[in-house]
Amino acid sequence: MDILLQQIINGLVAGSIYALVALGYTMVYGILGLINFAHGEVVMFGAMIALSVIQLLFGSGLALPPAIIVALGLAAAIPTCMLLGFTIERVAYRPLRHAPRLAPLITAIGVSIVLQNVAMMIWGRRYLSFPALLPPAPHPIGGAVVTDLQIFIVLLALLLMATLEWLVQRTSLGRAMRATSQNPAVAGLMGIDINTIISITFVIGSALAAIAGVMVGAYYGIAHYYMGFLLGLKAFTAAVLGGIGNLRGAMLGGVLLGLIESLGAGYIGDLTGGLFGSNYQDVFAFFVLILVLIFRPSGLLGERIADRG
Amino acid sequence: MNSIRWYGIALAAALALAGCNKGTESGSASETVVKIGSAAPLTGPQSHLGKDNENGPQLAIEELNAQNFLIGDKKAKFELVSKDDQADPKTAAIVAQELVDEKVAGVIGHLNSGTTRPAAKIYSDAGIPEITPSATATDLTHQGYKTLFRMMANDSRQGAALAEFAVKKFGAKKIAVVDDRTAYGQGLADQFAQVAAADGAAIVGREYVDDKKTEFRAVLTSIKGKDPDLIFYGGMDTQAGPMVAQMKTLGIRAQFLSGDGARSLAFIQLGGSATEGAIASTPGLPLDKMPGGKAFADKFTAKYGPIQNYSPFAYDAVMTLADAMQRAGSSEPAQYLPILAEIKREGVTGPIEFDANGDLMNSAVTIYQVKNGQWQTLEVFGASAGQ
Amino acid sequence: MSDLIARWQVLKRDPRLVWSAYAALALLLALLPFAVGAAAGNAWVRILASVLLYTMLALGLNIVVGFAGLLDLGYVAFYAVGAYCYALLASPHFGLHLPAWLLLPAGALVAGVFGALLGAPTLRLRGDYLAIVTLGFGEIIRIFLNNLNAPINITNGPQGVDRIDPVQFGALSLAQSHQVLGVELPSIYNYYYLFLLLVLAVIFISLRLENSRIGRAWVAIREDETAAAAMGINTRNIKLLAFAMGASFGGLSGGLFAGFQGFVSPESFTLIESVMILCMVVLGGMGHIPGVVLGAVLLVILPEALRYTGDLQNAVFGRVFVDPSDLRLLLFGLALVGVMLLRPSGLWPSPIRKREFAATE
Repeated sequence: MDILLQQIINGLVAGSIYALVALGYTMVYGILGLINFAHGEVVMFGAMIALSVIQLLFGSGLALPPAIIVALGLAAAIPTCMLLGFTIERVAYRPLRHAPRLAPLITAIGVSIVLQNVAMMIWGRRYLSFPALLPPAPHPIGGAVVTDLQIFIVLLALLLMATLEWLVQRTSLGRAMRATSQNPAVAGLMGIDINTIISITFVIGSALAAIAGVMVGAYYGIAHYYMGFLLGLKAFTAAVLGGIGNLRGAMLGGVLLGLIESLGAGYIGDLTGGLFGSNYQDVFAFFVLILVLIFRPSGLLGERIADRG
Repeated sequence: MNSIRWYGIALAAALALAGCNKGTESGSASETVVKIGSAAPLTGPQSHLGKDNENGPQLAIEELNAQNFLIGDKKAKFELVSKDDQADPKTAAIVAQELVDEKVAGVIGHLNSGTTRPAAKIYSDAGIPEITPSATATDLTHQGYKTLFRMMANDSRQGAALAEFAVKKFGAKKIAVVDDRTAYGQGLADQFAQVAAADGAAIVGREYVDDKKTEFRAVLTSIKGKDPDLIFYGGMDTQAGPMVAQMKTLGIRAQFLSGDGARSLAFIQLGGSATEGAIASTPGLPLDKMPGGKAFADKFTAKYGPIQNYSPFAYDAVMTLADAMQRAGSSEPAQYLPILAEIKREGVTGPIEFDANGDLMNSAVTIYQVKNGQWQTLEVFGASAGQ
Repeated sequence: MSDLIARWQVLKRDPRLVWSAYAALALLLALLPFAVGAAAGNAWVRILASVLLYTMLALGLNIVVGFAGLLDLGYVAFYAVGAYCYALLASPHFGLHLPAWLLLPAGALVAGVFGALLGAPTLRLRGDYLAIVTLGFGEIIRIFLNNLNAPINITNGPQGVDRIDPVQFGALSLAQSHQVLGVELPSIYNYYYLFLLLVLAVIFISLRLENSRIGRAWVAIREDETAAAAMGINTRNIKLLAFAMGASFGGLSGGLFAGFQGFVSPESFTLIESVMILCMVVLGGMGHIPGVVLGAVLLVILPEALRYTGDLQNAVFGRVFVDPSDLRLLLFGLALVGVMLLRPSGLWPSPIRKREFAATE
């Protein structure tokens, strides 16, 4: 029983991290209909910048409390990622807004490759490690173990999702964003500056990416110029599972994906009598995704949109 | 515009043909140019190891050029032709063909077993000797290529040595085995599991991750439930580091054991304090027991920073090729290959002599443990371990 | 200027000119390996062979993405299926050594079946949901190939399958040099010619498909699936056919790859490969066969050509400022972005698409 509980905790936390990244993905998709392949790379930049600052401060000899060091890392990462996201949108996506659907996808792939290699040139090929700032401080719960950081990540993901929900549903900015995502032409006629709204969406998405990056760096202890790819892929899967374009869907999809992977890895072997083991955990996750999409083609919480002609 | 179409095609053609800058130096009358090829992943997740495999030969070549190294009666001027194989077999094949086209006299490479496989065939067909400083898959040398040599013990030996250590020296009764589903990780883990089981230990868990993930808690929790004495991981440092850190937070107290993929500085950096007490092996002697170890380490670290893992072996590979060329009096592959196959010399890493398959004879395997944040030698297995 | 264009339009239709242009092209392609081999070495002939394989793949994906408008991010799975089909049945692994003339079509067939199987669950999905499911299938196939070595060893897992028989037709083995009309043809040239013939066949089939009822049905589904269904097109069958046909080209290409390289392993069939093939199709000009061929040629050659940035820097600046291995993929990514920004419908789009795109601006 304690193993099951531990697996659930593992899955929840990993899932919350996926959710953090998926939130940014889904915001951009909601408004532009674009799969932003480069989002994972922005997360990576956030992690790398924050880790560099944290390493610098940690090794500098100034006796700063760990929370302050991490906060400073975040303070460095968030604005930089926001600027990065803004630049990417302006340079690579805005010119292609009326282009055939797949053109921005290819550009996004190109941007992703460029960012990876720029990171490789700046930070080198070696993995950056998170200095041992926060003692694990595990809390036993019925045979399983939870650390402060794990609890923090889950709460942070929930908090950010709630904040975004509030922003999108209750503020005029959010109303403008929803209008733009539903019908950009008419929204423009209503006096909304589409370009600004889209830029703001990207900037918010990138800020989320930075936070997600720092959390990934803190939780796994490492950052590497190549880490964005897999993370982006997982986030995309999570966002689709929950219904892409839907904030709550991103959260649900992320957490669900984390749980599926965790429980899958833990129990496939037992369930199939040793025929399949934890080497099939990704297959299991995709299998569940495909099953969900067969019965709910727009994802778990996705609206049933009529086919756009 | 239609014109752009033609520009596109012209550009493609131009690029295809323009990149043929094969500056053929023939050297002066008293000098002979010897090109040594090096192939390793210089980009991608293993690039830190690939760069290491490039730096070793670079250092060797600089040293050789600084001395009055004679081949035949001419001073040899060595040149390194370095290629990035991206750890991808397809790219490795192209890179191998490029090296053959550039008429290199010998190749140091590749880093991974998966890339060495297709490349070895190409070098063998061209008759160019190849020494791999780090590809440990056992069957590489059983394909019948007369030109492939290995600078270190293969995975059969390493796996067997690790298993012997785990069961007989460490006394583990229940062992969990994890691998990263790469040719190297799976090969080593299977070897280990086989010998450990034969020695009487119970393999209580067999789990898998992959070489790109960093989330291992699910698999580790599953293992925790089986309560092993020892966990063996076949895979690389970039996964092993986070793995031990996660083991610690999950409260798993089993001993961590791994192979040469984890036996690096990056492992300690990435795993932090959780790596304390972890054990891993490297084929070959420990640096301080290597005849030229300390001297090499000083020279290398001054130029390139800390040694990642295989650079001493890559360095020795170049020196061995050069030695064979000197003894044969020629840098022509057909001339010095037979000498290379029979060579007996003292390298920086220890005695170098190849068996009929091209494997290193009397290859040692050293077991290390992390103590006080550093790898310390624990035990050395000589020719008595494994096959 | 418009006078020239008008004259060009007339000339384009003159059959003698068209035929001599094609003859010149055929001659160029036939002599290419010799020219390239002499100028740049056999590695570049190998790269040419690789270009041809990827052209086949891009043409296959073009059917799914370009003609039928189904975003497939897992296309490399069919490449893998074809390759492993060949590898498992023509190597020491099972001890079987079936001949190439049997295995290549068989691989294409098996891949086609897989294409239909993988397409079946996706029929109700649109756009990006389709993308993630196809991506998932691509990964699933790769993971199965990587892990089906226990309890029964089917695929040999991560170690891959080695010592695959080279392609041979009866006594004629492509792995050996042959003398033809007094000219020496090394093994790599033989493969080049085989691939070239098959690529031409694939282009021909694609052209015929494009101008057939099926091809038009695909375009109808791509443009407006509801209207197409209303017009009486059996969208389910047509979509499955798209997947199957596209997959079969991939399978053929895979079989050739296995015989050519002599070694296959799951690492050659990653998601990134699928993405690259998609880039070739879109960058070249989605749905337009010459464009797709151009896209494949450029995207295979560019990373190889970019290896020489070190030499270039030496030539211009006298020393190397930036490590070429750092620059290579960076410049590649910039090229992708640059081309799409400059030519959003692709480098060589079909004239119809170009007009459509210009009309919406």
